[in-house]
Amino acid sequence: MTETVVDFPKNFAEALNNSQLRRNLRAAMDTMGHRRRTLFADLDALEQLRARGDAIRWRALRQLPDLLEQLEKKCTENGIQVHWAETPAEANQICLGIIQRHHASRVIKGKSMVSEEMHLNHFLDEQGIEALETDLGEYIIQLDHETPSHIIVPAIHKNRDQIARLFHEKIPNAPYTEVVEELNAIARKVLREKFFAGEVGVSGVNFAVAETGTLCLVENEGNGRMCTTAPPVHIAVMGLEKVVERLEDVPPLLRLLTGSATGQLITTYFNMITSPRKPGEKDGPKEVHLVLLDNGRSKIWADPELRQTLKCIRCGACMNHCPVYTRLGGHAYGYVYPGPIGSILTPQLEGLDHAGAMATASTFCGACEEVCPVKIPITTILRRLRTESYDKADSPNAVKGHGYKVNRMESLTWKGWALSNATPWLNALNAKVLGLAGPHLSKLPQVGVLKHWGQSRALPPFARKSLHVLAKEKGIADE
Amino acid sequence: MPTRPEKVYFFGTCLIDLCYPQAGMAGIALLQREGIQVVYPQAQSCCGQPAYNSGFPDEARKVARQQLKAFPKDYPIIIPSGSCGGMLKHHYPHLFAGEPEAAEAQRFANRVFELTEFLVTVLGIKLEDRGQPIKVTWHSTCSALREMRVIEYSKSLLRQLKNVELIELQRERECCGFGGTFSIKQPDISAAMVADKAADVAQTGAARLLSGDCGCLMNIGGALKHRNIPIPAQHVAEFLLERTQ
Amino acid sequence: MSNARANILARLRAVAPQEPAATPEPDFYPATKLGHAERIAQLKRLMEHMHAEVIVTDPQHWIATLKDVLRARQVNGLLYGPAGPLGAALEANWDSELPPLVGYTEEVEQCKERLFALDAGITSTRGAVADVGALMLWPDANEPRLLSLVPAVHIAVLEATHIHDSLADAIARERWAEGMPTNALLISGPSKTADIELVLTFGVHGPKELIVLVLDDERG
Ligand code: SF4
Repeated sequence: MTETVVDFPKNFAEALNNSQLRRNLRAAMDTMGHRRRTLFADLDALEQLRARGDAIRWRALRQLPDLLEQLEKKCTENGIQVHWAETPAEANQICLGIIQRHHASRVIKGKSMVSEEMHLNHFLDEQGIEALETDLGEYIIQLDHETPSHIIVPAIHKNRDQIARLFHEKIPNAPYTEVVEELNAIARKVLREKFFAGEVGVSGVNFAVAETGTLCLVENEGNGRMCTTAPPVHIAVMGLEKVVERLEDVPPLLRLLTGSATGQLITTYFNMITSPRKPGEKDGPKEVHLVLLDNGRSKIWADPELRQTLKCIRCGACMNHCPVYTRLGGHAYGYVYPGPIGSILTPQLEGLDHAGAMATASTFCGACEEVCPVKIPITTILRRLRTESYDKADSPNAVKGHGYKVNRMESLTWKGWALSNATPWLNALNAKVLGLAGPHLSKLPQVGVLKHWGQSRALPPFARKSLHVLAKEKGIADE
Repeated sequence: MPTRPEKVYFFGTCLIDLCYPQAGMAGIALLQREGIQVVYPQAQSCCGQPAYNSGFPDEARKVARQQLKAFPKDYPIIIPSGSCGGMLKHHYPHLFAGEPEAAEAQRFANRVFELTEFLVTVLGIKLEDRGQPIKVTWHSTCSALREMRVIEYSKSLLRQLKNVELIELQRERECCGFGGTFSIKQPDISAAMVADKAADVAQTGAARLLSGDCGCLMNIGGALKHRNIPIPAQHVAEFLLERTQ
Repeated sequence: MSNARANILARLRAVAPQEPAATPEPDFYPATKLGHAERIAQLKRLMEHMHAEVIVTDPQHWIATLKDVLRARQVNGLLYGPAGPLGAALEANWDSELPPLVGYTEEVEQCKERLFALDAGITSTRGAVADVGALMLWPDANEPRLLSLVPAVHIAVLEATHIHDSLADAIARERWAEGMPTNALLISGPSKTADIELVLTFGVHGPKELIVLVLDDERG
């Protein structure tokens, strides 16, 4: 991967200083959270549904190799060509090969996070192939040469004036308007011509059903249907964890996905694709390709705890409810997947040495876990990643880039802390010293911990007498 | 309702030990007033969470082991904190999985109660408010809310006080940005979060901010003080005792 | 590159299969059983909430209703499948003052331009699901896929007896797992987006209007 080094502290500071961004995000996340709560008003029913979703995803993952082979077999029988890719580079080459075989130069794309993971647009662009995003949000950010800041609403960081200006500047003959309906109409007009002319359609996959070899896509706009129906060739790219066992697994997952993502009972379209155009049929692609991307997933899968990461159905609810994401937005995270899911997935995909800092951007408040429709233990995995950041030992399931944070100072600090807290007389001594020093903290040089804490809060009020001492003085029994 | 024990252990938590001993003493007094004998093992220290959450489970385990030793008997363990309570109750079994103390840690975990949870569910405490009318606001701390699930108990105790008016925060359930070492490792994000929380507290016009976790109180209270907003932050145990004596 | 499959599967197979932890799988809600009238009412309510227009009519009068719908709009033609379930009835009852019926009879490569220029299309439906308010379509050779997607107005004809309580119910009763079509669709309303400031607007890429004619024998 050609990912440049992400400067997390700088990104975070910039995002926090962007008050417009914070206002946009806060309002948007509040709305999404509210819509979700309204839809899932019956909490008992929701718990039941989440338990079902969790079980379905876990059952699928437990049989992953079998299901992938079954999916491949079924798809092949149905006429869908299945390709396997270990890396994004391989997946890109596969796509390129298909596109070139058809002498195509105009690719239209539906929303797909895996294609973002592959940096497919950039790659195709370098090969002189136009890859046009057709989801409105994706189209907006592509016009501005940006990446998605949210996995469901990719342009959520932009407000309408920014989009109005962008359209006016970048789309020939587009008038300046801040009316959302008019902005939509402008995009509709441009993209309709593209749908008409598109030679290859690329999409993601929300669920792939092993039992029938069916690719399921969820969307509201209709651009996904356009991309998978109008051009003669359709390429679907998916992370290999997206497979489910049975068709009957789909309805509960669908409800969880649309409800958790946007508070919708169902999206406008649910599109199930099982084969290319059959003889006698008049439209639909003549070729359908499915690209299964690993990119580190098989390694994540090997570890029973980390495997839970792969249950994700990419609903985005964890970011909508994350107090950190709400203040940073997606771009500050520097990688494709932001927010809580990004913070557990990205370090595993890219390595802790590159993205380990994402795992520190959490208070462990648990708001993400509370809403996650498939009950991913996000904080447990974050904690694991933090632990591995300091663990140099090469166990077979160790996360890529582990041990990157090992440093003498921090290890010694924790060793000292442990010693003191495991040794009652040392602990008592410590309390005494802090009690005496407490009133004078503000007179110490404000560096390190004191500085970070003290910049926005009063210093901790260390007490003259600790609870240990008070309890003893009050004669509280010590047994 | 579990049967009422004669004796309980009190786990003070390191933060209360060092910074808010009066909150710990208030918790002890509330229990004693209900006729419960309180035992405070002097060998206790910290639950181990700071190391556990920072990526140092070995160090956390070392400290946790000391707590297993300090609370050997079969008494319920009462803790005036959702966060440390969550550590003892929900994370010790995980921390000691595969260790010789696994079974002991599980038994230990089963004995843990958050203070207000214990007062309500085991003691069925009845409070009589003796204070002047006051407006207070309440911050639901994350672990009390999502791990220990005891917020309803805490708030039900406040509702028993007839002269206390509870004014809810706009975002009562949103994290204050403390997160233990998070506040030091990600100071900017933490500061942004606590600034919002402090503003939320200020807009209630309450005379006091109450909560069940001293970490969050130190964070929010510190932010209020830093901004010269005269709303003291107080542990709920202290407040309950003050109102009823 | 060709080794990718083998390498991936080898990595996955190298992990010892874990004991089948029997995770309980609670039922998917809602298990509510609706009556005939309730199903229609619920579908109508939910789909109208999503800005579809749902008109309950009956097998004798639906063409008249369709004509009213078309007269109320300025459309340049109605795309339909002559060999589909509606074809014969449409052809037999068409009036010259109405927008012309245009048959989708050639492969898309031959008629793409005409297709993209038409304002309205009509399709039958396989059924609908009441719990979420969506039509089920299985486009085929006679009523191709783009018929319900490209024209700005999509008119769908639904037989009331084909409304299921839920998608799960439809999948189970109709045994979908035994044979899926090229393309199966759920459609809950006209195309929409909320990508700009979460403001919901209708009619992005797909149809701007969805009109559902529900044929209910038991009406009245
Ligand atoms: S982690 Fe859970 S909440 Fe977050 S995107 Fe994935 S499924 Fe949704």
